[in-house]
Amino acid sequence: MSEVNLRKVVKLFEGGVQAVRGIDLEIADHEFCVLVGPSGCGKSTTLRMIAGLEEVSEGEIWIGGTMVNDIPPKDRDIAMVFQNYALYPHMTVFENMAFGLKLRHFPKDEIKRRVDRAASILSIGELLDRKPKALSGGQRQRVAMGRAIVRDPKVFLFDEPLSNLDAKLRVQMRTEIKKVHQAVKTTTIYVTHDQVEAMTLADRVVVMNHGVIEQVGPPNELYHHPATIFVAGFIGSPAMNFIPARLVNAAGALTIQLGQGLSVPVPADRTARYAPHASKKLLFGIRPEHLTETTRTDKQNLAPITVDLDVIEPMGMETLVHFRIEGTPVCARVDPAAGAQAGAPMRLAAHMDQMHLIDADTGRVL
Amino acid sequence: MTAATARRDFPRAYGKVGSLHRERLWALRLSYTSLIVAAIIFLAPPVYMLMTSLKTNAEMADQTLSPWLVRSPTLEHYGATLENPLFLGFFANSAIVTLLVVSITMVISVLAAFALSRMRFWGSQTLATGVFLTYLVPDTLLFIPLYQIVGGLGLLNSIWGLVLVYPTLTVPFCTWIMIGYFASIPKELDEAALIDGASWPQMLLKIFIPVALPGIIAATIFAFTVSWAAFVYPTAFITRPEEMPLTIGVVSQLVRGDTFAWGQIMAGALLAALPPVVVYVFLMDYYIAGLTAGATKG
Repeated sequence: MSEVNLRKVVKLFEGGVQAVRGIDLEIADHEFCVLVGPSGCGKSTTLRMIAGLEEVSEGEIWIGGTMVNDIPPKDRDIAMVFQNYALYPHMTVFENMAFGLKLRHFPKDEIKRRVDRAASILSIGELLDRKPKALSGGQRQRVAMGRAIVRDPKVFLFDEPLSNLDAKLRVQMRTEIKKVHQAVKTTTIYVTHDQVEAMTLADRVVVMNHGVIEQVGPPNELYHHPATIFVAGFIGSPAMNFIPARLVNAAGALTIQLGQGLSVPVPADRTARYAPHASKKLLFGIRPEHLTETTRTDKQNLAPITVDLDVIEPMGMETLVHFRIEGTPVCARVDPAAGAQAGAPMRLAAHMDQMHLIDADTGRVL
Repeated sequence: MTAATARRDFPRAYGKVGSLHRERLWALRLSYTSLIVAAIIFLAPPVYMLMTSLKTNAEMADQTLSPWLVRSPTLEHYGATLENPLFLGFFANSAIVTLLVVSITMVISVLAAFALSRMRFWGSQTLATGVFLTYLVPDTLLFIPLYQIVGGLGLLNSIWGLVLVYPTLTVPFCTWIMIGYFASIPKELDEAALIDGASWPQMLLKIFIPVALPGIIAATIFAFTVSWAAFVYPTAFITRPEEMPLTIGVVSQLVRGDTFAWGQIMAGALLAALPPVVVYVFLMDYYIAGLTAGATKG
C-alpha cells in the first residue's frame, strides 16, 4: 500500500509568502499523478514537502498510511529525480545508483542484482563504469531514474525531470518514463509546467494555480470538461479562445451573441443549463481544433461563421489561422487544403457541442 | 560604412588597414613584454640569493666582481648549513608547526564552511561575514594582544604557542575559500544524498569533501604557505634558538657576533623556500582551479 494523501497542506515561507494554500489530494497506489501549472503555482513546493525537503507549515501528509510530517526524507521510503539530475560527479554510474543501497547496508550481491535490473530496464548496462561527466543529458537522466528504481521505494517523485533536455530527447524520455512506470508500477508524483507532458503521462492530472488546486482529473476529462477558465486555457495547445459573449433569448431559442451580427445557437441539450445565466457577463470558449473549415466534417451542431483572416501559419499537417472577433484575437485549426489566405474572408464552422460558456466574473465554466 | 564594405570586398587590403592577425600579434608582444618584466622583478632576489650562496667568502667580499656572476662555484655554504644542528632544528620546528597548523585549520574550516554554507540556522549569515572580517585584521596589529594571551598561557618561547596562534590567520581565509567552494556545489546534490539516506556527516565525507577536493587542496596550500612563511608572530613570541622556525632562525642565528654569514644565510633561506616550491609545482593546477571555482560557477 503506497498511496499518498495530502490534507489541508499549507506552505508558508519566511516573509509571509504562502506558496501552497491548503490543498487536499489523494493519490492512489500505483497511480501516475502529474502536478502541472505555471511557475510559482506551488507544484514544486508541494512535491518537496512530500519528499521532506520542505517542512509542512500546516496540514498533514500521509504516505502508505503513515503521517510523515516529522519524518526525515530518508525514512519516508521515497526516491526523487531532480531537474538537473543531481548525480554525484565523483562516482561512477554504478556507484551513483548503489549509493542509497550502500548507506542502507544492503548486501553486495543484492546491490549488484538491483543495479543490473534497473540498468537493463533503462538500457544503460554499458554505462555503469562511466562518470556522469562522460554521459549525455538523456543518459544522465536515465541514471537519475535508475538511482530511484534500485531503491524500490513506495513513491517516485519527479521534479521537472525533462526540462533540461532538448525537444526531441524530451519526447523520447517521456515515453521512456511511461514505460518504466508500466514496468515497475510504483506510485509516481510528477511535477511539470508542460501540459503536453502532463496529458501524455498522467493517469490523473492536478492543475495548480496560485497555491491552490484548480482541478483534478484524468487528462481527457480536463480537456473536455475544464472546471475553470484557468484549466480551460492551460490545457491544450494552442490555447482555447475566449470571446466576450451575451446570451440572447429569441423566440424561445437561446443564442450566443459574439458581436455585431455574429451569433451562434446554443445546442438544444444545454439550453436549460445556460438559461439562468442570461444576464451575466460571459465568455464563449472554444478550442482552435473545434473551429474548422466547413467542409471538414458533417457532424451536427455546427455553427457557420465567416471571418476575415489576419495571419495564417502552415504547420504541415494542419494550418493555424488567426483572426479577430470584435477585437478579440481568435485562432482556428483548418485543413491545409482548405485554401486559407491571409487578408481573405473564410467560412468556418464552430463545433458547438465542444464549446464552453464561462462566467467572466467567477471564472467558472458553466 | 562604405569603408567597411570595401574592406570586406577586398580581403587583400587587410594587411594595410589593420587586421585580426596584426592585433593579435601586438597583444602577444605586449603580454610577453609584461610577463618578462614581472618575471625579472620576481626572480631577481632568489637568483641573487642563489649566486651569493654559491660564492666563496672571498669572492663575496671582492667589491670589483659582479654580484650576479659566480667565478668559482662552491657548495661549502650548503654543506655547512645542512651540518648546522641549529638549522636542522629550525627545519624540524617549521615542519612540526606547519603540519599541525594545516591539520587543525583544515578540520576547523571544512566543518565551519559546511555548516555555514549548507545548514540554515539563526545567525549563520552574520557568522560567515564575521569570519571574513577577522581575516581583514592584520597580524601586525594582533601580535601585541596575542603576546599577552600566549604569555598568560605560558607558551612564549615554545612552538606550541605558534601552533595555537597561526590558525587565527589561516582558519578565516580557508573557511572563506571553502564556503565559496561548497556554495558552488548544487543544492540538489545534498538533497539527493538526504533522500538516499545520508546523514550530515556522511554527506560531508562522501559527497562534499570528494567533490570539493580542488578547493580543499587550495585551502591546504594557503594554510601551508602562511604557517611556513610566518614571520611576525615567531619574531614576537620566540627568542630561544631551539624553538625557532626557519623564517626567523635563518636570519637571527646564522649571524656570528656582528658578522653576517651571508653564504650560509642565503643557502639556508633557499633551502627553507624549497618545500613551498615543491608543493606549488605539484598542486598549482588545483590551487588555481580551487581559488576561481566559486567565482565562476556560483
